[in-house]
Amino acid sequence: MAPVAFLVSVAVFLLIHLTPGDPAAIILGEEGSASTIAALHKELGLDQPLTTQYAIWIARVLHGDLGSSLRTHQPVTQAIGERLPATLELGLAALLWSLAVAIPLGTVAALRRGSLLDVLASGFTVAGVSVPNFFIGILLILLMGLALRLFPVGGFVPFTEDPFQNLRHLLLPALTLGTAGAAINMRFTRSSMIEVLGQDYIRTARAKGAPWLRVVRAHALKNALIPVVTVVGIQVGSIIEGALVTETVFSWPGVGKLAVDGIFGRDYPVIQGIVLIAALSYMVANLLVDLTYAYLDPRITYS
Amino acid sequence: MSTAAAYQAGPPEPLAPGEGGDVRLSLPALVRSQPRILFAGGLLLLLVLTALLAPAISGHDPILTDPDNALLAPSRGHWMGTDELGRDLLARVLWGGRVSLPVAFVAVVVGLSVGGLTGLVAGYRGRVTDLLLMRAVDAILAFPALILAIAIVSALGPSLRNAMIAIGIVQIPVYARLTRAQVLQLKGLDFVAAARALGASPLRLVARHLVPNLLNPLIVQVSLSAAFAILAEATLSFLGLGAQPPTPDWGFMINDGSRFLANGAWWLALAPGLAICLAVFGFNWLGDSLRDALDPRLRR
Repeated sequence: MAPVAFLVSVAVFLLIHLTPGDPAAIILGEEGSASTIAALHKELGLDQPLTTQYAIWIARVLHGDLGSSLRTHQPVTQAIGERLPATLELGLAALLWSLAVAIPLGTVAALRRGSLLDVLASGFTVAGVSVPNFFIGILLILLMGLALRLFPVGGFVPFTEDPFQNLRHLLLPALTLGTAGAAINMRFTRSSMIEVLGQDYIRTARAKGAPWLRVVRAHALKNALIPVVTVVGIQVGSIIEGALVTETVFSWPGVGKLAVDGIFGRDYPVIQGIVLIAALSYMVANLLVDLTYAYLDPRITYS
Repeated sequence: MSTAAAYQAGPPEPLAPGEGGDVRLSLPALVRSQPRILFAGGLLLLLVLTALLAPAISGHDPILTDPDNALLAPSRGHWMGTDELGRDLLARVLWGGRVSLPVAFVAVVVGLSVGGLTGLVAGYRGRVTDLLLMRAVDAILAFPALILAIAIVSALGPSLRNAMIAIGIVQIPVYARLTRAQVLQLKGLDFVAAARALGASPLRLVARHLVPNLLNPLIVQVSLSAAFAILAEATLSFLGLGAQPPTPDWGFMINDGSRFLANGAWWLALAPGLAICLAVFGFNWLGDSLRDALDPRLRR
């Protein structure tokens, strides 16, 4: 993991140098004069050799300093820290929704293979991964927000201020973000459940007279969910990725919105910081998934 | 990282004699085994044709504005209504196919050629070459796909061309890993050893013996990643990082249309959204049914 983490940090560092032309001139746009460009060069350390720049940057990053926003001059770690709770709330709610749909539906589809419910469930799987999530968001806004006027179509109320309003504002974004995950998790639950149900130990459990529901719950589902843990873990690691679009659609003041605003403001320290954190949390999630997997399934060993 | 688990949990079953040798299936045979291929292919062909024949299907100009006819609801004259600048929406959706489909094509070609070559070289050469190349691939894979694509576009500047490059780069790892895994498996098989013993040059070995046997899983992946590319391009354009106005682009049109939802102009976002869904669904469906038809372990 260490060499990959190093390469990732280099890639994030080089991001600003990918810009065609002088990054300082691009950041300042038309307002940039020779003196302001030179000042920004100094502020960003662009007047140093590339290796020195990287050494200074990585030393700061390792001390938890991601630089400051070029627009608001707020430290990037602080800006991300302020918005992370909203993103985590959204991500968690989306995950709960996806699992609440996926596990029961996937299990029943596996138990009743070929039934109407199974056909509908696999239709949902295909639809869930074929519909862009911003489009799901817009459909929900149209139907639940504008036509039925059940839920607000955007905005955010902190939980500490008004828990009920917070949850009302949360519902549509969470459904938007969680639906693709629900489709993927359901597909995994179904196929894994089908495989487990064909195992000898299920037949043994049934043969010794265990009630069918107990066999499904205690013997089959428990084992069938092991591969599902893998995908769910990776989904947790990519919360920021999914939040980018959903937060934009619903004006949800999280990290994703911060990133999109940063892109349009050419606020490179903010973009770099968020990309770095997104990549690191994704890597850590992958590692944790591998370790959890080995713990849950003792047949797996890592050399 | 996660491949270790995958390999351990389910090693590919060894193929029975003759089972894997039949790599060049004819199209009619494929369709017979999976009729869904015909439907999915038909749907995609229809989409391509409507994009190609856009000027003939709709007489309206997709870019020319007509403020007198702004925000008209769907009617006989404008089947999908008009947008806030009075442009016919059907024309824009049809012409949008001329943007999204080629973008997906180019992005897949970038991913396939760079990733496929990387995997081929890494798998064939092995040792240090393999280690270095695959570490670079792992570094790309360490980023969530969309985050990486957005980061690249934000650095290069928002444009359709840069979106294509970004989506192509994001696709490299999947092709590199797929090709490498196949090459490693094929390298150990007798027919490769036999060809080498007969004095085949490395180039001939790769071109005549390895590549033809790689094609099946790659074809499936091409279809699935075309679906991903259309989705990713729509997302980038929706965020304003892809196609720029007045280009008729599905993702951008949804963004544009979402501003008029509260005015009751629901058709603006709905029409391009359905177009994206159809295209993505078509490629996903084709990829899934091709996999079922081509994978000897699933073929029964």
